Amino acid sequence: MESFFQKEDKQLVFKINEDIDEYCAQKIRRRLDNEIERYMPKEIIFDFSNVSFMDSAGIGLLIGRYKFARMLGGNVKVSNINTSIRKIFEMSGILRIIPETKEEYKNKKEVQYE
Amino acid sequence: MNNTYDNEMKIEFLSKSNNEAFARISVAAFIAQLDPTLEEIADIKTAVSEAVTNSIIHGYEEKTGIVKLNCKITKDEVFIEVSDSGKGIENVEIAKQPLFTTKANLERSGMGFTIMESFMDDVQVESVLGIGTKVTMKKKIKNNSQEEEKIAITTRREA
Ligand SMILES: Nc1ncnc2c1ncn2[C@@H]1O[C@H](COP(=O)(O)OP(=O)(O)O)[C@@H](O)[C@H]1O
Ligand SMILES: [Mg+2]
Repeated sequence: MESFFQKEDKQLVFKINEDIDEYCAQKIRRRLDNEIERYMPKEIIFDFSNVSFMDSAGIGLLIGRYKFARMLGGNVKVSNINTSIRKIFEMSGILRIIPETKEEYKNKKEVQYE
Repeated sequence: MNNTYDNEMKIEFLSKSNNEAFARISVAAFIAQLDPTLEEIADIKTAVSEAVTNSIIHGYEEKTGIVKLNCKITKDEVFIEVSDSGKGIENVEIAKQPLFTTKANLERSGMGFTIMESFMDDVQVESVLGIGTKVTMKKKIKNNSQEEEKIAITTRREA
């Protein structure tokens, strides 16, 4: 997983580079929360461009981060989801609280890599 | 039940969550001989992942046990059985309800059975408390070459 934070807009991007299942969720959950706590972002974007597979563990993972981010005053969005992942998003109704964003998040050059 | 399968495979593995990927990828590789569409492969992988994860985190919880995966195919159908000798399900009808989970503390979403049921054509759950759980799933494959044939026929007709 990579993450980058854009100071100006207080935007935190998580780019996950593996299948999202229970194994992955257990592995990255703590780290996501640590970064959310550290940067207190206004907006969190989960970039799915390198995720080819996700099962219901991904729904739990996203809802968990959503609750945490809301508590700290931030929003959560997802981007670049493929057709099979979209099917799971739509079935679970999760896009109602974690909408999809099509806009390219900020120029990665201005961004501070962790 | 149809007993004339064209092919079959069985694997057994320890109830470790890093085996979830192994399980779904094995099934995807095995069913490739049916020439499924990408969508069919994704649906089956997801359903297998849900069933296997359930055996690992609900069936065996923190304990180590063996998860059994059996996959059979006919010309156009896939049959998958995932079983564990774990703690079992008290009430299967309730467990199958969308959003029902006994592990909200682990951030489970309760969508596992709902996903299995909507991605597969048929899902059966047999479970006995203290003995274990067996999930049997079935899906028809409208394989690519059949689709291609259909397209070829219609285009010939149109020509
Ligand atoms: N193999 C199993 N062994 C024991 N309990 C199970 C098993 N599979 C499912 N369950 C029970 O059924 C519930 C619903 O399962 P599921 O729909 O996959 O949701 P989740 O896994 O998110 O809890 C689980 O919370 C658990 O109580
Ligand atoms: Mg489940």
